[in-house]
This record gives sequence, structure tokens and C-alpha cells, in this order.
Amino acid sequence: MISFRVDGRSGVPPYLQIVQQVRQALRMGVLSVGDQLPTVREVVAEVAVNPNTVLKAYRDLEREGLVEARAGQGTFVRGRPPGPPPGTHSRLGRSLARWVREARSAGLDDESIESLLRVTLRADSAVRDSDSEEIA
Amino acid sequence: MNTAIETQGLSKRYRRVTALSDCSITVPESRICALIGPNGAGKTTLLRLLAGLARPTGGDVCVLGGTPRQDPEFLAGIGYLAQDIPLYRRLTAEDHIKAGAHLNPRWDGESARTRLRELAIPLDRAAGTLSGGQRAQVALALTLAKRPRLLLLDEPVAALDPLARRHFLGTLTAAVAESGGELTVVLSSHLIADLERVCDHIVLLAESRVQLCGDIDTLLAEHKVLVGARKDTSALERAHTVVHAVRTARQSTLLVRLDGPVLDPAYEISDVNLEELVLGYMGASAAPALAHLTAVGEDQ
Repeated sequence: MISFRVDGRSGVPPYLQIVQQVRQALRMGVLSVGDQLPTVREVVAEVAVNPNTVLKAYRDLEREGLVEARAGQGTFVRGRPPGPPPGTHSRLGRSLARWVREARSAGLDDESIESLLRVTLRADSAVRDSDSEEIA
Repeated sequence: MNTAIETQGLSKRYRRVTALSDCSITVPESRICALIGPNGAGKTTLLRLLAGLARPTGGDVCVLGGTPRQDPEFLAGIGYLAQDIPLYRRLTAEDHIKAGAHLNPRWDGESARTRLRELAIPLDRAAGTLSGGQRAQVALALTLAKRPRLLLLDEPVAALDPLARRHFLGTLTAAVAESGGELTVVLSSHLIADLERVCDHIVLLAESRVQLCGDIDTLLAEHKVLVGARKDTSALERAHTVVHAVRTARQSTLLVRLDGPVLDPAYEISDVNLEELVLGYMGASAAPALAHLTAVGEDQ
């Protein structure tokens, strides 16, 4: 069984924080297939959020195929989040480390690097959104 | 979806003072509704009218399909917790639970005992010797033992420390989860961060009037903050509603209720959180008091 944290000031909607924590627990192996998630009542009694927040998070996880609701029993882990093959993280990490060294030697400080990364991520997802709209 | 609370033009005057004016709100069943507003805005008056503890001087009010009144049938569906946590100081939680059984037809004393045991609150100690947080939990457990369909809570966490507040709100949300959609809550508080976690509906009062009422997610999606160089906003105001504006000599920061996309590229558009929304509407209703903000900018 896992417990959740909900940070009201993170800017991430509470339901999404719960979704992300379940996915993270699955990736880390803290949760495995067959494990039960805490009931809505148990979650809200602990973190004091609206019950619909937890329901929405669990429904999203169900839609992703990660959990399943069994009538009268609760919500259980069904699968693991799809992820890149092993080794991908460390390979990308190495190339990112090279890029960070290059950025540093070009005179960028941490704040500029973080802001550049955020801007690039946002621009990239905007391009993708407009691509998918054109397809639609 | 059924409606738990519906008021139309509801008003309450006490001699010369208007406590609530032309109040029209709707709260669907199974919501947790935040009741927000400055002191003296009419929050307690509204709660008392909904609970049947006061009679309106104008307008209509429908609660759980009936008119609020002092009769056992109506009151059985209502749980009302006043601001000052009304417990008998010399009586224990167990005494209160036993007394409740005599007064309430649908009383579930065992649920109150279970709740209090889970929280490690002693049932056999005089209420006066418990901490503020424990007394609030006892009062909430007793109110829930009535098995109400509508719970009206008047600033229940105002006097509690952060941990006691979290526990109180945990008990409240757990009760809503257990009810399976049968329980509606109206909760007044000044602590917007708490309300943002717990509530999915809002009623905002200021100056004895309703400034805002609706589903929180919908309202947040409809409002944006626009920041840009100061300029004439009349074109913007033809398409959208500017709720509140802070203007310096060069810059405008506008809280806007959108009616379609913003076409003017001169504005940077950001999402609002509940606090910005509430402060914007409160600021709009108190515009004269904030006029100096504009004036400071003008001088520069």
C-alpha cells in the first residue's frame, strides 16, 4: 500500500499529483501488478482533498490501463506504465550532461538553463499540438 | 443532477442593517461548497437561513426540496455546526452521543464512537478538558451522527492549528466519500488553501451580495489573468468581462472572465488559481478602497 502527498502550492492539479505518484511508484517497483491502491475514503482521510479528486485520478489511471476497479473490492494495479527500453534514461542523461557542460562553458547559469529547457519543452509541445490539429 | 440548495433573491434585514441582499445561488447535491467572503459579508446569515435558524425578509429559499423551518422533519436532514463549537464542557463525548440518540430519529452513535476512536480522542473525558482540535472533531462526529444530507459548517477550522485543521478536513472529506453522494457540505472559511483542496463548488459573498457562484473547475477555466502594456481596454471589454484591473502608469493586470479566445497578442495570458479569483472578485466589490493602487501608478 502506498500513501499520497498533495501539495496545494505546486501548481500541478491535485488529481494529477496522485496520477503521477502512482505512475512513479510503478516505475520504481514500489507497486506491482495485483497490489491494491488505498480506497478513496482512506486517501481523503489522510490528505484531506475532495473525494472527486481521487476518483478522477483513479479513473485516469484506469483509462491508461494501469489499474482496474473491481466492484466491491477496490482498485488494483493491472499493468506498468509504458516506458522506453532499459538504458534509454542513462543514454539520454549522458548526452544531456554533455549539453549542460556546453551551456555552462557558454556562460549560462542554472536559472538560464532551466528556463531554456522549459521554453524548449513548451515550444515543442506547441508544435506537436498544432501538428495533431492539422492531422485531425 | 439534483439540487441541494437553491435561493432566489434571498434577503435578510435586521432592523436597519441589511445582512444579505438579493442572494441567488445553486448548490448541486454531493458537492463540498466553499462559502467565502470578508467578515460581515453575510456568510453566517446565509448559513442560518439555510439551516432554518433565521427567517428571510425577502426572496425564496429551497433546501433539500423544502423550505427551511424549525420542524423535526426538515431539521433531521440538516447538520449545522456553529462557529463557537457548541459542546457542554462538563459532559464527555459519550454523554453527548447518548443525548443525541434521544433527540434524533436517525442517530448513528456508533459511527461517532468509531470516528473518535480512530482519532484517539477519549470518549470518557469532559469536553472542557479536550484540546480545541479534539472538541472540533467531537462536534463534527456528533453532527455526522445525525446522518444529515446537508452539512452547514460555519468557520469550523478557524481556531485550529494546521495539523488539527488537516485532521478535521480529513474527517469531513472521508464522511463525504462514505456517503456515496448522499451528503452535501457548505463550509465557510478564510483559509483559501484549505478550501482549494477540499471544495469543488464556491459561493463568494461580499458587501452582503453574491459575487460568484458555481463549479470551481469551470470558473477557473473561464477566467484568465491578462498582463500587458497599459492601454485602452474597451475593445477587450466588448468581447469579455474585466472583473478586476490593477493599472500602473505602464502596465495593466486584468482578471478577465473570458467569452471566447483573446485575440489581442499584446497580452500575456495566464491561468488563475482560486486565491487570485477570490481576491479579484473581492477587490472588484471593494473598488473604492483599492483606488489608491491606481493612483500610485498615475503619479509616476
